Amino acid sequence: MKEIILTLTALMVFMPMQAKAFCGFYVAKADADLFNEASKVVMSREEDRTVMTMANDFQGDVKDFAIVIPVPTVIKKSQVNVADNKLIDHLDSYTAPRLVEYYDDNPCHQRVYMEAMRSGAAPMTSMDSEAFKEAKKLGVTIEESYTVGEYDILILSAKESDGLLKWLNNESYKLPKGAEPILKSYIKQDMKFFVAKVNVKEFESSGFTYLRPLQVAYESEKFMLPIRLGTLNAKGPQDLILMTLTKKGRVEPVNYRTTKIPTGNDIPLFVANEFGDFYKAMFATQVEKEKMKTVFLEYAWDMAWCDPCAADPLQPEELRELGVWWLDEGTGMMLPGRRAMPPQAVNAYVTRMHVRYDAKTFPEDLVLQVTEDRQNFQGRYVMRHPWNEEADCEEATAYYQDLTKRFEKEAKTLANLTGWDISDIRKKMEENGQSFDMKPHKDERPWWEQMWDNG
Amino acid sequence: MLERLRTISQDPRHFQILTLGSLLCFLFFFYDFAPAIEIIPFVVGTCLLTQYVFTKVFKLSHFDFRSPFITSLSLCLLFKASVFLLYPIAALLAIGSKFVIRYEGKHIFNPANFGIVALLFLAPDMVWISPGQWGSALWLALALAAFATLVLLTARRGDMTIFFLLSWVFFVFGRALWLGDPLSIPLLSMQSGALLIFAFFMISDPKSTPDHIVGRALFTFVTAGIAYTLQYHFQIREGLFYALFFMSMTTPLIDSFFKSQRYQWRQA
Repeated sequence: MKEIILTLTALMVFMPMQAKAFCGFYVAKADADLFNEASKVVMSREEDRTVMTMANDFQGDVKDFAIVIPVPTVIKKSQVNVADNKLIDHLDSYTAPRLVEYYDDNPCHQRVYMEAMRSGAAPMTSMDSEAFKEAKKLGVTIEESYTVGEYDILILSAKESDGLLKWLNNESYKLPKGAEPILKSYIKQDMKFFVAKVNVKEFESSGFTYLRPLQVAYESEKFMLPIRLGTLNAKGPQDLILMTLTKKGRVEPVNYRTTKIPTGNDIPLFVANEFGDFYKAMFATQVEKEKMKTVFLEYAWDMAWCDPCAADPLQPEELRELGVWWLDEGTGMMLPGRRAMPPQAVNAYVTRMHVRYDAKTFPEDLVLQVTEDRQNFQGRYVMRHPWNEEADCEEATAYYQDLTKRFEKEAKTLANLTGWDISDIRKKMEENGQSFDMKPHKDERPWWEQMWDNG
Repeated sequence: MLERLRTISQDPRHFQILTLGSLLCFLFFFYDFAPAIEIIPFVVGTCLLTQYVFTKVFKLSHFDFRSPFITSLSLCLLFKASVFLLYPIAALLAIGSKFVIRYEGKHIFNPANFGIVALLFLAPDMVWISPGQWGSALWLALALAAFATLVLLTARRGDMTIFFLLSWVFFVFGRALWLGDPLSIPLLSMQSGALLIFAFFMISDPKSTPDHIVGRALFTFVTAGIAYTLQYHFQIREGLFYALFFMSMTTPLIDSFFKSQRYQWRQA
């Protein structure tokens, strides 16, 4: 019996989870009503080298955009780069939780196997000498000052947090309440501050209509992501999607627990129309279950291959731009029915973590480590289409009896995962071709009409 | 029956086995990233077999399964490797060290700690510890502490755990006070399951730690200090295990300054 495998083209389903901020925090220059709810960050890490790429989907007036990020070392101009939005978006959709669909075989006949796949991509000035003097008076040292792309960047070190706070306020970076003790803690840990705002002139001449992601490369034993400042000006808990690229294996926080997002569950067909809502509800339920104390693993996989692939694999050039400097000239793994990477990029491992946090349950920055764990994991949800054409045999009767049980199980699974009302789920299933009373489909036409299909 | 129970309860190792065993079960049922189930028979088997072989080689009076069993459970809980073979190797080295690396009739290293650190040195690209895997479920810590209190009551070296935890509190809370951080940060660190397992089951090993109480206090304080420095200033996540490893080597020296009676497991 021949097995036919058809792959439909990938459809994008957007999740209504908007990525809105950096892991640092926005400071409004005018009293704009800004808040950060979610941020998307890519970190590549090997040896003591880190490249951090921070997505920027700031929506307001670019003049109001400003960020302060604690960094472990002084960052020179050549260590900063402005990347393309597409890079992060590509990695995001490549690693996003996915919906897979299968079609049941004819219970009477040969197998016809189709697979479709949907990806739930998470939509998720240079200083004058006066300023230097002023800063010095307040115990703030401007270590570096430069413009990269549309951003004016300062690297600050400070002796006292109140001086730093005062200086930032004088420079009209408006800091949220409660920032001072945190700044103080970072200063004592010998952290520097990466301060960026938009150079409007550069931005206008760049021709871009949006702010591009900032990239920072540095060498430090410290492998961590500062999240503490970010909790200050957020209204309630916020989301962070952290994607890491490493040579060895999965990245995990050492000071918080990692939990795998539920995966492999069979869910009703109608979810295809509202995959974003489904994922959002499921994530919220899981967060609640874990009392918002864990980091969720959504994807962990060798970049050399994917199965199923939620998006086209990243090109070696894209990986390099995201900080994978160790990429070698290995050979890609070709597996039948799967998409393999072009032959260069094999020794990169991607981890996607999703964390919802606030200052209460995540009081400390994420301290990370690269492990040797290379086990594959993906958030994957399965829809199984029942056989809905002619089936007139004994097996079909059993098949249809089983279907009802199966649908009921799917409904329960979905209710458990999302906390949705089960009767609503059943109703939606009925409306979407999953009747709880499906019967074997018999062709009642005369045999000659069946033969020529002309009835 | 009651008499039998009393005899069993006199050996703290029974409580240790019970606690570590329940923890392992807990991991399997409730946590992701639990150790792969197939490693357990290999680690336990290798530990027991190594102990048996060395008992015969060194012509010891009897084979006692309890200590190697505790070592194997600690290894299953803490040690992670990307290559399966490394699990039995760690078990072999752990138990082997107990018989081979000795000074004046006392083994130098806590076996599980030796197994872990040896592999961290020998195969740094293939092994790791997941200190965060345990999360900070407070009640887990409390349950552990409650079990451990039972152990402490019966074990003469329970003071090591208390000394160590106090020293750790000194360092992490001291750091938070100095930085002006909220106390929820050091509390998070105190709730780490790896830290508690280390404190209750590794550093408290009566066979590889100083005999005199002052020696033990000194030993734990310096261990905590080194671990803290490695972890917070050198960003070495396995700091606790390295610290104990290095400090274990000073035990004979500390013993020579503070002399006291040698510890013997009470026979059940």
